[in-house]
Amino acid sequence: MSFTTAIFFFLAFVAIFCAILVITSKNPVYSCLYLVLTMFCIAGNYVLLNAQFLAVVQLIVYAGAIMVLFLFTIMLLNLNNDSEKHKSLLLKFLGAIGGGTILLAVVIALKKTTLDAAPMVIPNTTQVGMIENLGKFLFTDYVFPFEAISLMILAAMIGAVVLGKRDKKGINEETTTPIS
Amino acid sequence: MFKDIFIDHYIYLSVVLFCIGIVGVLTRRNAIVLFMSVELMLNAVNLLLVAFSSKFGDASGQVFVFFIMTVAAAEVAVGLAIIVMLFRNTQSIDIGTSNRLKS
Amino acid sequence: MNIDFAVLLIILFPLVGFLINGLIGSKLPKMMNAVIGSGAVLGSFILTAVLFFTQNETATVVKLFTFLNVSGLHVDMAFLIDRLSLMMMMIITGIGFLIHVYSSGYMHDDEGFYKFFAYLNLFIFSMLLLVMGSSYVLMFFGWEGVGLCSYLLIGFWFKNIDYSNAARKAFIMNRIGDLGFLMGMFMLLQYTGSLDYNAVFNFNLAAIPSEKLIAITALLFIGAMGKSAQIPLYTWLPDAMAGPTPVSALIHAATMVTAGIYMVVRSNALYVLAPATMEFIAIIGLCTALFAGTIALFQNDIKKVLAYSTVSQLGYMFLALGVGAFTSGMFHLMTHAFFKALLFLSAGSVIHAMGGEQDITKMGGLSKKIKVTFICFTIGVLAIAGFPFTSGFVSKDEILLAVYQHNVWYFYLAAAGAVMTVYYMFRVWILTFFGTFRGTAEQAHHVHESPISMTFPLMVLAALSLLGGLFQFPHVFGGKEFLNDYLKPVVSNLTREDDGAATKEIIILLATVIGLAIIWFITKKNYAVASFEGKYTGIKKVLADKYYIDEIYEALFVKPIAAISRFSDRIIDNKMVDGVVFMTGKMVTWSGTTLRYIQNGQTGFYLLIMVLAMAAIFAFNIFYKL
Repeated sequence: MSFTTAIFFFLAFVAIFCAILVITSKNPVYSCLYLVLTMFCIAGNYVLLNAQFLAVVQLIVYAGAIMVLFLFTIMLLNLNNDSEKHKSLLLKFLGAIGGGTILLAVVIALKKTTLDAAPMVIPNTTQVGMIENLGKFLFTDYVFPFEAISLMILAAMIGAVVLGKRDKKGINEETTTPIS
Repeated sequence: MFKDIFIDHYIYLSVVLFCIGIVGVLTRRNAIVLFMSVELMLNAVNLLLVAFSSKFGDASGQVFVFFIMTVAAAEVAVGLAIIVMLFRNTQSIDIGTSNRLKS
Repeated sequence: MNIDFAVLLIILFPLVGFLINGLIGSKLPKMMNAVIGSGAVLGSFILTAVLFFTQNETATVVKLFTFLNVSGLHVDMAFLIDRLSLMMMMIITGIGFLIHVYSSGYMHDDEGFYKFFAYLNLFIFSMLLLVMGSSYVLMFFGWEGVGLCSYLLIGFWFKNIDYSNAARKAFIMNRIGDLGFLMGMFMLLQYTGSLDYNAVFNFNLAAIPSEKLIAITALLFIGAMGKSAQIPLYTWLPDAMAGPTPVSALIHAATMVTAGIYMVVRSNALYVLAPATMEFIAIIGLCTALFAGTIALFQNDIKKVLAYSTVSQLGYMFLALGVGAFTSGMFHLMTHAFFKALLFLSAGSVIHAMGGEQDITKMGGLSKKIKVTFICFTIGVLAIAGFPFTSGFVSKDEILLAVYQHNVWYFYLAAAGAVMTVYYMFRVWILTFFGTFRGTAEQAHHVHESPISMTFPLMVLAALSLLGGLFQFPHVFGGKEFLNDYLKPVVSNLTREDDGAATKEIIILLATVIGLAIIWFITKKNYAVASFEGKYTGIKKVLADKYYIDEIYEALFVKPIAAISRFSDRIIDNKMVDGVVFMTGKMVTWSGTTLRYIQNGQTGFYLLIMVLAMAAIFAFNIFYKL
C-alpha cells in the first residue's frame, strides 16, 4: 500500500464517518461542523485527483461560505439546543430501509458491470484540473453557461434578500395568512 | 484490495455518501439538517464527476462540478431564506409542521 | 329543343317550386304559393308533352354526372327517357297539375297552405325521379322520396294524434317493403354487377340460376307490395286517408301506389324469366283484389271505400302483370289514375260541401244541391264499375280477357271481384246522392257547390275517364290499340292473340250491362233511403270491421315488439347498461376516497415514497433488463 493509497482510504473513512455523524447529531451546530469536516475530506480527494482548482473552490465556497451561512442561520434562529421532536421509530426505520435499498441496488448494479480494470494513477499527473486549463474551457466552450449561471446566482441573491427581508406591516399580514 | 485505487473505490465512496444523505433526508425533521443532507448528496455526485474527469482526462466533468457548486450556493441562499421565513411564520423549522399542502 | 335540357328542366321545376315554397313560402301570399306550386308542375307537364309527341321509339339516356363509383359499382345520375317513362311522366305531371289546381281551392282556408304546396312539389319531384331514373338506385331514391312525402302529407294535420299515427304506420309498412327492395337490389348487383337498367337488361340473364332469379324478382316484388299496398302490407293505405283529400287522390290513388306496377313493368325482362314469381304476383294480386273488395262492401266512410277500392284495383293491375299482360296493367294504371283521381276529388268536393263530413250515413240526396260534383262522381262510378265503353270498362276487360287465357278460375274470381266493385261503388253513390238528406240542419244549410278551381279539374278528369278507353279500344268494336303499339319498344303482352277474344268481349259486354242493371236496382232499393244506420251484424260486421286485420297485426307484431322494447328498457338498459356505467363512476369515487388518505401533506412521507419508488425502478432495471 503506497502512501497516497493510504491517504485515500484515510480520507474516505473520515468522510463516511463524519457524514454519518452529520445525520445523527442531535444538535444542528454539530451537524454543521461535521459537514465541514466531510467537505474537507472531499477537497482532499480532489487534490489526490489533481483537481486543484476545484479543491480550492470546494474549501472556499462550501466550507467557507455555505457552511458559515448555515451556522449563521442556526444561530439566528437560536436552534442550538435540541428542539427537534422525535420522528416515529417506524418512519426512521423505513427511511433507513429506503436508503439501504438504493445502496444495495447500486452496489448490485456495479457488481454486474465490468468496469475498466486499470488502476487509477494516484497522484494523478493530468493537467485538466489546473486553473489555466479550466479557465480556457470556461471562457471558450462553456462561456454561455458561465454567463447564464452568473445571472442565475444574481437572481438567487436578489431572491434571498427579498425573502429574508422583514416585510412591512401590511404586506406581512397578507403573506402570512395561512393557506387553507 | 488496498494496494491500488480503482475507479470502483470512488464509486463506492460516492454511493455510500449519497445514501447517507438519503437516509438523513428521510429520518430527520429539522429542515436545516435536511438541507445539509442534500448538500452531502450533491458533494457525493461532485466527487464522482471529478473522479471520472480525472480518469479520462476530460475537463468537462470538472466544469460541471464548478457549475453544480454555483447552483448549490444559490440554492442554499434561497433555501435558507425560505427557512428563515418559515421560522418567522410558524416559530418552528420542523418539516412536520409545514403540512399545509393537505387541503 | 335540346332533350338533355328539357329533361333537366322537367325534373328541376318541381324541385325549384318546392324550394321556393318551402323556404320563403310563408312570406308569400296564398295566391303566389298556388301559382308557384301549380306552375312548376304545369311547366314540367308541357315539356313532358313536347317530349311525348316528339320522341321516337328509341330510348334516350340523359347523363348529368357520375353519382357513385365505388369498387365496381358505378351509378350515374342519369335519366332514361323511353316510352314507358314518358307515359308515366305524362300521368304524373298531368294529373299532378290538375290536383295542384284543385288543392288551391280545397286547402284555401288551411294555415299550412304554402307547406302543402311545397310537399306536393317535392312529391312530384320524387315521383319523377322514380320513373325517370336510369338505374335501380335512382328508382330507390325516388321510392324513398315519395315515401317521405307520403308520410309528411298523411300527417299533414299532425296535431291530430291519429293522423300522425297513420303517417307513421304508412312509413313503417313501406319500410318493410323497402327492405325487400333493397335486398333485391343487392342480389341483382351481385349477379349482374350493375344496377343500371340497360346494363342489367342487356346482361345474359338466362345465365343466372333460376332460383336466384326467382329470389331477386320476389324480393323486388316485396318492395312493390309495400309501396302498392298488396296483401299483407296493405293496411297502411286505408289509414293514409287521414291526409287531405287531394293527397289521397294524387299519392294514394293515382301515382305513388302505382310505383310498384311501374317497377315490375320496368323489370319485365327479369320477371318473364321467373314464371314462379309471376304466378305468385298473380295470386297476390287476385287475393288483394278480392279481399279489399269484400272489405269495401260495408264501409261507411266515403274515403275508406275509395281506399279499399284502390287496393282492390291495384290488385287487378298486379293480376294483369302476373299473367303477363304488362301493357294491360299499364293501361289499367292509366285509366285508374283518371277515374280514381276523379272519384277522390269528387269525394273531396262532397266532403268540402258537407263541411268536413266523411260519413256516408250522414249524407244523402245531394244530387240536386251539387250538380257538377254529382255528374263527375257519376262518371267516375260508371268508369270504375265498367260501364260499357268508358275507360274502366276497356282496361278491366282487357285484364279479364288476359286472365281468362291464363287460368279460367282466376277469371271467375276476378269477375266476382268486379261485381263487388260495382256493388260498393253504387252503394256509396246512391247513399251519397240519392234518398233524403240525413245530416244535421246546419250541414243542410251549408251544402254548396265547390269553386271553379275545384270543379275544373273534375271536369277534365271526367272527360278523360269517359274517353280514356280510346287509347286502346278493342278491335272488335272498331278501335285501335294505340297503347300497345306505343309501348311495344319497351314491353309487350305475353298473352297470345286468341281468335275467340272477339266473341268473349261481346259476352263480357252483355254480362256487364245486365249485371250493372241488376245491381243498380238492388242498391237503389236498399240504399236510396230516408234513414240509414250503417250498423251491421254477423258476417257483414266482420267485413265492415276489415276482418280485424289491424287488430291481428297489433296482437301478432306490435304487442310483442312493444313488450320486448319494455323489457329492454327496464332490464337491459336500466339494470345492465346503466349498472355498468354507474359502476365505473362508483369505482372512481371509491378509489378516490380511499387513495386520498395517501395525500397526507407530510413532506417526509412523500420523500420516502419517492426514494422507495426510485429503488424499485433501480431493482427493476437490474433484474429485468428493459
